[in-house]
Amino acid sequence: MTTAEGRHAAPQTVPEPRAADRTPVLQAKGLTKRYGRVVAINGSDLELYPGEILAVIGDNGAGKSSLIKALSGALVPDEGEIFLDGRQVRFRTPMDARAAGIETVYQTLAVAPGLDIADNLFLGREQRKPGPLGSVFRMLDKSHMRSEAKRHMSELGVATLQNIGQAVESLSGGQRQAVAVARSAAFGSKVVILDEPTAALGVKEGNRVLQLIRDVRDRGLPVILISHNMPHVFEIADRIHIQRLGRRATVVTPKSHSMSEAVAIMTGAAEPPPHTA
Amino acid sequence: MTATTSAPADFDVRKNDSLGLRVQHLLHANPVLGPLAVLIVAIIAFSIVNARFLTATNLSLVLQQVTVIATLALGQTLIILTAGIDLSAGAIAVFSSILMAEFATKAGMPGLIALLLGFACGTAMGAINGFLVTRIKLPPFIVTLGTLTIFFSLNSVVSNSETVRGTDMPGLMTWTGNSIPIGNFRLTYGSIIMLLLFAFFFYALGRTAWGKHVYATGDDTESARLAGIQTGRVLFSVYTVAGLLYAIGGWILIGRLASASPNVGVEYNLDSITAVVLGGTSLFGGRGSVIGTLIGALIVGVFRNGLQLGGVEVVWQGFAIGLLVLVAVSLDQWIRKVKT
Repeated sequence: MTTAEGRHAAPQTVPEPRAADRTPVLQAKGLTKRYGRVVAINGSDLELYPGEILAVIGDNGAGKSSLIKALSGALVPDEGEIFLDGRQVRFRTPMDARAAGIETVYQTLAVAPGLDIADNLFLGREQRKPGPLGSVFRMLDKSHMRSEAKRHMSELGVATLQNIGQAVESLSGGQRQAVAVARSAAFGSKVVILDEPTAALGVKEGNRVLQLIRDVRDRGLPVILISHNMPHVFEIADRIHIQRLGRRATVVTPKSHSMSEAVAIMTGAAEPPPHTA
Repeated sequence: MTATTSAPADFDVRKNDSLGLRVQHLLHANPVLGPLAVLIVAIIAFSIVNARFLTATNLSLVLQQVTVIATLALGQTLIILTAGIDLSAGAIAVFSSILMAEFATKAGMPGLIALLLGFACGTAMGAINGFLVTRIKLPPFIVTLGTLTIFFSLNSVVSNSETVRGTDMPGLMTWTGNSIPIGNFRLTYGSIIMLLLFAFFFYALGRTAWGKHVYATGDDTESARLAGIQTGRVLFSVYTVAGLLYAIGGWILIGRLASASPNVGVEYNLDSITAVVLGGTSLFGGRGSVIGTLIGALIVGVFRNGLQLGGVEVVWQGFAIGLLVLVAVSLDQWIRKVKT
């Protein structure tokens, strides 16, 4: 953790001796999920600390997505506990996690292509006009939502989209990702979870999205990033959670381990070292 | 964060190089333009062929002829926007009209009560469709194919296959056929109700959260669900509201025919879909508008009326409408392939 702190962050930081001494924003203990005889995750732990980007890597079938789904409310674990700011929480649906301040950007982005950027940003939590127009006629406050959308997009450095009233389907992959990330940053109060945000993007757009993720982190929202892209993970992550065989093998940092060492741990070619971060 | 300032360069707009591409983009951004152009061209063509076409008397006839179909097509639009389809639209409308007529005559209820009960029955029939689609998770095509047959069958049972004459009913039942004369133009109350319903749903789809959710659900149901929309509830509401609209269409139908007949309306099921498709609403969901549907219904009315005035036989009118539908769907496919 000290390396991460040193590189990125909060000005008041006194280097912390051990990560374990601090309260994680989000913590999972012993999460287990079985599907019949198949064990998706088997006593998996996870800690996310304030102001960091935690990458979660692992081979296919290591239980990455099940772990993340449990944190985002998309699946209910059979065993184990989840703590948010030190308080135990139970998520039955993605709505529960969202209400608690955890926003997830799914790989499919969950945007409506035919609707415009502002509509998409507020999809599912539209704002109505004040007074009887809103309460009786249920009229949406379009101008307010548009200006808010503009503000959120520009806070993340993507205000350059020509028109906030542009349909999302007319945007490039990176721009759509930007809309989805902006939505999560706008409404997530505690944690943002990103599932393979750069998977479908070209080099240039991928880098833009990485910058976007840093911006989210620098605005104070800790980020969990699931990715297969090792260069991206090593470029952006403060700590790297390596998932293997349904549980956490170890946590490393981009400084403590090289990419090939991390892959070796991930695939079982090397023994996982004790947590270095 | 200096990197972010370079963002504008990455988000450049591509220039549309060919005319075809530009038209494609234009139609993609304004899907109503295509149908509107067809309607205007048709009106001009028919008025050249027959001078009687553009008279107020004839135009009011066209509007009266499309009123029922337009009302049904409005409900159909909501369902098609969610990527569904309703084959039972006409059946619900006709069965509702028979029910109100029977309530008002055989059951001897006051007109208003009979009418409201009829609306309730239509709404319930829509809700049955909605229930089967959202809870039993059957495809809308299959659900409404089944209920179409069931509602028509019940319709025959309840009505004994007999027409109820308008003169036997309370005045309220046939009120929709009365009209306000504007010069030679006769605007029926049924048409006014239809236009008000279109205005209402134009607003509801464009300016309320429910409308946004209808579009989002039709666009990509799974994404809408992940975005926090209760897609099942949206779908159920759409089928239920459509049922009410069909029942109102049934009421307007009584006024139009000055009777409630169980034997009409078989063609209404498909005609309502035709109007929606001609209006540029995509059968794949998430794209379209009620204004388009109104134009689509008018296109059907104008073609039928214009071809008739032009001396074209009824059988060939159907042929022409069918061709139009195929062109409209092909156009929709092409517009959907728009590259950005």
